[in-house]
Amino acid sequence: MVQLAAAFTTGFIFALGLTVSQMINPARVIGFLDVAGHWDPTLLLVMASALAVTVPLFPVILRQSKPFLAAKFSLPTQTRVDRRLILGAVIFGVGWGLAGFCPGPALAALASGSPGVILFVLAMLSGQWLLSRFETR
Amino acid sequence: MTEPNVLGGLIGGALIGIAAVLLLALNGRIAGISGILGGVIASTTRSERLWRFAFILGLIGGASFYTLACGGLPLEIKASGATLLIAGFLVGVGTRLGSGCTSGHGVCGLARRSPRSLVATMIFILTAACIVFLTHHLF
Repeated sequence: MVQLAAAFTTGFIFALGLTVSQMINPARVIGFLDVAGHWDPTLLLVMASALAVTVPLFPVILRQSKPFLAAKFSLPTQTRVDRRLILGAVIFGVGWGLAGFCPGPALAALASGSPGVILFVLAMLSGQWLLSRFETR
Repeated sequence: MTEPNVLGGLIGGALIGIAAVLLLALNGRIAGISGILGGVIASTTRSERLWRFAFILGLIGGASFYTLACGGLPLEIKASGATLLIAGFLVGVGTRLGSGCTSGHGVCGLARRSPRSLVATMIFILTAACIVFLTHHLF
């Protein structure tokens, strides 16, 4: 139960970050990606500021034997840069560039109830679902 | 066209970093939104699905709180319905295949000094910038 509360709270703080920085706005993301246009560096500031917190603190946390509320750390185990990773990043990049939405902002933007956001999230879910079907076979 | 949001960007970025640090320190999990979302569909155990669901509810809750506090969300969606549909599908497939998105690879993976995340982050930013150039300046 306390882990669920922690998950909810961190999601809440994460969304505050996306809204205060306005990264929830696809127009702002496109403004960053549009290096040949009226370039908006905000996304770079957001990433740099987030990394200024995570880069020094992650190693400190991971030196502990376990997290505060769970039995163990659950971390990604793959280390190889393979074709799957590269192809996946390219496909994600195409989708991100087309609409200006990545998963975090899209989910947070569900709060607006906007039909465009709902459409995007449903399409994203079906893409993930389709691929997970392939994987289990 | 958007003007740089310097103070909001720095504060918002720090909040995202703090959220990622808290999720790792408390629950031992990586705040990768695509993975959290994917796990809601693909996880086999109830507890795995539940915490992910709670996190996503928190995301929507945080954005709702901002809406109430500030009188609306800064949302300008210029893409058509068809584009949103195709883009959403590609984001779903790509993040699943590539094991992550902006948060998982960009914010958390780089903090774990993961070479996979560094490569993925550079590739998706470059690809997305190329797509924006093609769709905004060539066609």
